[in-house]
Amino acid sequence: MKMVIVAGTPGSGKTAVLIHALQNINEIGLKSAVVKIDCLYTDDDRKFAKINIPTKVGLSMDMCPDHYAIYNLEEMINWADENQAELLVIETAGLCHRCAPFTENSLGVCVIDATSGPNTPLKVGPFLSTADIAVITKGDMISQAEREIFRERILEVNPNCKIIEANGLSGQGCAELADEFMKSQEVSLDQEKLRHSAPLAVCTLCVGETKVNKKYHRGILRRIDGFQSYEGE
Amino acid sequence: MIEEITIIGGFDKLGNPEPVKKAMIKKGEIFGVVGPTGSGKSSLIGDIEQLSQEDTFSKRKILVNGKTPSYEDRTNPRKKMVAQLSQNMNFLADMTVGEFLSLHAKCRGAHSKCVNAVVELANTLTGEPIKKEHDLTILSGGQSRALMVADVAIISNSPIVLIDELENAGIRKHDALEALAGHGKIVMVVTHDPVLALMTDKRIVMKNGGMQSVVGTTEKEKALSQKLNKIDGLMLSLRDQVRNGEVIDDIELKNLEL
Repeated sequence: MKMVIVAGTPGSGKTAVLIHALQNINEIGLKSAVVKIDCLYTDDDRKFAKINIPTKVGLSMDMCPDHYAIYNLEEMINWADENQAELLVIETAGLCHRCAPFTENSLGVCVIDATSGPNTPLKVGPFLSTADIAVITKGDMISQAEREIFRERILEVNPNCKIIEANGLSGQGCAELADEFMKSQEVSLDQEKLRHSAPLAVCTLCVGETKVNKKYHRGILRRIDGFQSYEGE
Repeated sequence: MIEEITIIGGFDKLGNPEPVKKAMIKKGEIFGVVGPTGSGKSSLIGDIEQLSQEDTFSKRKILVNGKTPSYEDRTNPRKKMVAQLSQNMNFLADMTVGEFLSLHAKCRGAHSKCVNAVVELANTLTGEPIKKEHDLTILSGGQSRALMVADVAIISNSPIVLIDELENAGIRKHDALEALAGHGKIVMVVTHDPVLALMTDKRIVMKNGGMQSVVGTTEKEKALSQKLNKIDGLMLSLRDQVRNGEVIDDIELKNLEL
């Protein structure tokens, strides 16, 4: 099975771009399935259902959505298998800019909004720097000069990625994205590794502490001056 | 070398095939794009900027020298054949004019010396001087427009130039068009302004998102365009007087030879 993992900031147009790309995949005749990961709520599954693509929703609730996506990969692949899908697309929630849920043999796609300013590519971290494809959306809302600078900034962070400028409303650029989906390789879960390690998340806050004063916190903690230590027994 | 571009018609907003099936623009020609607001002028310009391949709402296809351009030609700014002055004049970039222009020059593979030339040219087009140290986000509408015109003319020195409504921001539009058009380029100007429309060689008439017809500028229109230029010059000088707080006594009409 081919596996595409799509990350990107909320509202960047991941779903809109995917709907167009998957319509192209439908026309080619390849069977696809979508898993949409979100934290608390999503109605994106109805949008995918409209183009007749089997869709499964995963809500991570209290767990980090990226950790949740990685932890549930096996279930997702099994579910896609049951639906006879040859292409599994996982759309992540993509929130904290620290994780990149791409695995080594999946196709890693990062969707990034051009109106978020030319410094955004420098801020978003591994989900851009380890992506195979960077999809720039909303480019029609800024000037050509700013669009070109945005593109250059992406290449500074990830010189090897392929950039696709796409329009989630008209579907422009999405055929190229579908082409890349088709070219991606088969994955087998036993061999798969993450491209980038998931962040440390082992402090008292992770297990439900609500008091804010420093003296209540234990675990691997990093201070604002950059000093990191383990507090506890 | 780009000798010509061909626009293969697609569909209008209602899904009907466009009446104009094919339009060709050759090197050295200036084309106008006219039509009411919402008639699809900016979309047509957008299709050409992206060198669309039946992948936009209109399903138009753009050929360069009769051939489909490569993906690389369509997307790599260093190879980009098209420079566009769009209506989007709100800068989102949180940086100074100088930083912005240096970055853009780097993207386009232009020399960093261009930056001073861009600022100089921009300052000939607008009344309020722009400095390299200014923050982009505080520029006025006229300053932004002038800066973008100069940026397109000098840094984005592409063989195809697309201009979307030059008249809206109170800059010297004739000087601006002259700076942009350059020698031997393919130029398209979206306009509501008869002065600019009659300066072109041909004009595409838009309606309901579709290309309705291509009208050639007649000899009579070209002569009229000269007269309109004079009227425009009068309007500009009046505008400057009003802007500068002067009181207008009379309007000198006899020089217009109407």
